[in-house]
Amino acid sequence: MSAPRPMLAEPVLSVRALRKEYQPGKPVLKDISLDFAPEGVTAIIGPSGTGKSTLIRCINRLVDPTAGDILLKGENLARLTGRDLRNARRRIGMVFQEYNLVERLSVMENILSGRLGYVSPWRAFLRKFPQADIDRAFALLDAVGLGSDFATRRADKLSGGQRQRVGIARAIMQEPALILADEPTSSLDPKTSVEIMELMGEIAKTRAIPIIINIHNVELAKRYASRIVGMTGGNVVFDGPPEALEKHHLSEIYGGEDWQ
Amino acid sequence: MSPSDLSLEGRKWERFTPTERFARTAIYLITAMAVIWSLRTIDIIPEFLYDAPEQTADLFKRMWPFDWAFYPAAIHSALIETFHIATLGTILAIVMALPLSFLAARNFTKNPILRWLAQFIFVSSRSVNSLIWALLFVAVFGPGALAGVFSIAVRSIGFVGKLFGEALEEARPGPIEALEATGAPRSMILAKGYWPQVEPAFWSIALLRWDINIRESAVLGLVGAGGIGVALDAALNNLYWDQVGLILAVIFTVVVITEIVTSYLRSRIL
Repeated sequence: MSAPRPMLAEPVLSVRALRKEYQPGKPVLKDISLDFAPEGVTAIIGPSGTGKSTLIRCINRLVDPTAGDILLKGENLARLTGRDLRNARRRIGMVFQEYNLVERLSVMENILSGRLGYVSPWRAFLRKFPQADIDRAFALLDAVGLGSDFATRRADKLSGGQRQRVGIARAIMQEPALILADEPTSSLDPKTSVEIMELMGEIAKTRAIPIIINIHNVELAKRYASRIVGMTGGNVVFDGPPEALEKHHLSEIYGGEDWQ
Repeated sequence: MSPSDLSLEGRKWERFTPTERFARTAIYLITAMAVIWSLRTIDIIPEFLYDAPEQTADLFKRMWPFDWAFYPAAIHSALIETFHIATLGTILAIVMALPLSFLAARNFTKNPILRWLAQFIFVSSRSVNSLIWALLFVAVFGPGALAGVFSIAVRSIGFVGKLFGEALEEARPGPIEALEATGAPRSMILAKGYWPQVEPAFWSIALLRWDINIRESAVLGLVGAGGIGVALDAALNNLYWDQVGLILAVIFTVVVITEIVTSYLRSRIL
């Protein structure tokens, strides 16, 4: 196990002794502690069922942790409920494996739904979003490589890669302090996966939004992440830059050697 | 041939196990016995059966030619009233059923007591026929269209609520989770996450129930709850068969037309 990397700046997110038990006595996450710098792409790798997804979902409380603290810029998300929790979630964007767009709505409405935590309900209900939000949504459509022609298309008319671009635009629309991505490329073909990772790396760099990505593909992780966290059996067994990730680490994370 | 090939021979395959075969034979026998038994107990009076064709022909002879003058005199306004009863009743039912169906949907309401309450209201609404509801509401509001509107509405709550609640439960959880992750309040998750997903089901259910309600409100008049049934009841009591025939033909035409219209609209939505 490699030594934890020194933090260059105040962490945007600190996970402290995070534990999750879906069934009492059978922890899926075994007291995980990690700090995340306010920049760059962190890839979490590990076999299926090892708690990567649970870790990501605990951070924005889609899953409630059993114990531990989640400090987002000093605020403990693990203790929040109701309106406070909703307000905290606005600062964390999320990108999903299955894109999770509202299929029957237009691309524009899907992107604008990233603002639902901010705009007043009646404005959203009447589809009267502030012009500033609409301008930003159009700018994001260009930024994720779709262009304004897509604005009025229905989400269910898009390909997988296009949907994921809309999903990413929705997450950025929140103006988040952090983006979580849960297997964003697992439903995509290899070429599109590379394009999506390329886009995420670019966003992390140009918009200075730190991104935490769960990913199965070790090669993609090494290529686009500045930090790799390897998990197995609910524990972190590797934490370091991609260059430091060696064969014996992968054997420890995934078990065995034959697949390499 | 190797020994392993030999062992492959003589393996049997049968569609049913012996127990299943026995059970199937038993079911056939019981069905046959039930048919014979019911034929023996049905109490058919042969004399009535023999002249049934004659009686039917006689009825049609009395009905034709229709009393066309009766249409502008009484049927038209009664028909419009029937439409009003069906439409108002359906709208009222939807207004009452929608909130309840959100309470009944497992993915939206976590509290089992609220869910049970909504289910209970749906079951009570559906377990009573609209004619029985009409009898009750005629007693409460007196005879007329108001009783009809309420009986249609109350009968439809269960239908609309149950089907719409099930549609809500089938909404994909992914987009809902995505909206939760943006920090959207519950009202917005409902309006922008659930509603777009269940909208086609909603219109489909509403149109289907409206179609059913037009048929149901046509007979409500038999117990005095307004609409074309009142005219039918009067004509039957007076043995004015030419009027009865006309009313039945009008009901038939209207039902066919609404069927065509609603199935066209539903095919456009889905």
